[in-house]
Amino acid sequence: MSGDSVVAPKLAAPIVQLIDVRKTFGAVPVLNGISFDVAKGEVVCIIGPSGSGKSTLIRCINALLPVTSGTIRVADIEVGDPRLDKLALRRKVGMVFQQYNLFPHRTALQNVMMAPLHVLKQDRIEVEARARALLAKVQLAGKEDTYPGELSGGQQQRVAIARSLAMRPEVMLFDEVTAALDPETVKEVLVTIHELADEGMTCLLVTHEMGFAREVADHIYFTDKGVIVEHGPPQEFFTAARDERTRRFLSQVL
Amino acid sequence: MPRLSRSVPPVLCAILIVYAGSAHALGPPTPASALEIVIKWAPLLLGGFAFNILISLLAMALGTLAGFGLGLLLISEQVLARRAAWSVMQFFRNAPWLVLLFFAMFLIPFRITVMGVTIPLPDWVKAVIGFALPVMANVAEILRGAVASIPSTQWEAAESLALSRRQTVWLVILPQCFKRMLPSWMNLYALITMATVQASIVGVSEMLTITAQVHAAEGGRTDLFAPLYGFALLCFFLYCYPIDYMTARLERRFNVR
Repeated sequence: MSGDSVVAPKLAAPIVQLIDVRKTFGAVPVLNGISFDVAKGEVVCIIGPSGSGKSTLIRCINALLPVTSGTIRVADIEVGDPRLDKLALRRKVGMVFQQYNLFPHRTALQNVMMAPLHVLKQDRIEVEARARALLAKVQLAGKEDTYPGELSGGQQQRVAIARSLAMRPEVMLFDEVTAALDPETVKEVLVTIHELADEGMTCLLVTHEMGFAREVADHIYFTDKGVIVEHGPPQEFFTAARDERTRRFLSQVL
Repeated sequence: MPRLSRSVPPVLCAILIVYAGSAHALGPPTPASALEIVIKWAPLLLGGFAFNILISLLAMALGTLAGFGLGLLLISEQVLARRAAWSVMQFFRNAPWLVLLFFAMFLIPFRITVMGVTIPLPDWVKAVIGFALPVMANVAEILRGAVASIPSTQWEAAESLALSRRQTVWLVILPQCFKRMLPSWMNLYALITMATVQASIVGVSEMLTITAQVHAAEGGRTDLFAPLYGFALLCFFLYCYPIDYMTARLERRFNVR
């Protein structure tokens, strides 16, 4: 079960589909033929050593980075299309970053309101009501008028999740969202993501939190040097890894 | 210590202005001491100084507006627009201000007719334009630098929220730039204010021109040279020093945060 062309059979039609995706930075190859599907409502975790191209991969999916070759489809949008409407794509794909990347000059509430207000041109009163509800959902009621600089890392990250959810995305991408957090605040963010997954949100996570991946993921992909080395459901993956590289990595992190 | 020095300039200014007002009523004293002569002419000299301030304010306003537009072109995605803006910016940033002033003086007509309405362009208006040109170039560069100093992750975050380029610039990037631009912008204003005396060379009746005229009117006495020009120096110092002081304070405050 290794290599480039593995596409696991899925029951539902995939909402995210990658076929032989390759990406080079100059002469340096980062992704060397990645293929996988994510079904609607599925939670997929991508794990692997640093520098294995995980963040690059996730950035290709919402067209923050162009792929060198291969096909990416998200909700029937062809991401590699030169006439791609990037904004239409990004309306369907939410993204949360390692460093939160909140807008420091706007309050928590304004951060959450910005995109629906200006991109979707929704009614301000409705947007505000929904933004307040989202902040409450991520356990931040009462912090609406606080600026990001006054919030802890975990709180900022939850605002960032609420900010993405405000666009009602069909897929959420999480790029090592707990890597920059203090250990005691990691949990609160993971709880938020877990709730999202339970509600049926399609999630694609790059993560180093093995315990969390095991708990929440429907499927785990292990990447190294730009290829998928091994993949499978968490039970199988964590207990019966076949590839030597996977076993070495797991013995280091578990 | 800083608190004390900050309160000194306004107090001195007030004293000077009071002196200037009372001197008028006294009439011309003979024989006049240097101080009496400065006091006698102070209203006229301060009027000239007010003109310097007016020129500097207008040049700054005009230059900032134009510089803002030029700066936006500098960060444009259009390669041609960016290159053109870059050339304009480099040209006006690397030209001596006095040369630009001469250009403004001699290339701009003394009046223009727009749809049958003739608008006179007196020398001081041309001076404003002359000083606005380097302000424009410097403001554009300050803006470009501020935009470059915003972490690229802010662009990424805005893009991933489906904000358009224009929305990203206006809603996310520029609002964070203004604070960063403020110290450099204030510094530029102090420099422009001091540069306005160059307008005397092209015959605008600003403070330095008037000081020279007053000096001549008093018979060109050599002992009046230092007091009269010293007065001009003092006025500029008292005006520009607080700006400089505020700039340094703002820079410190922003660095701490």
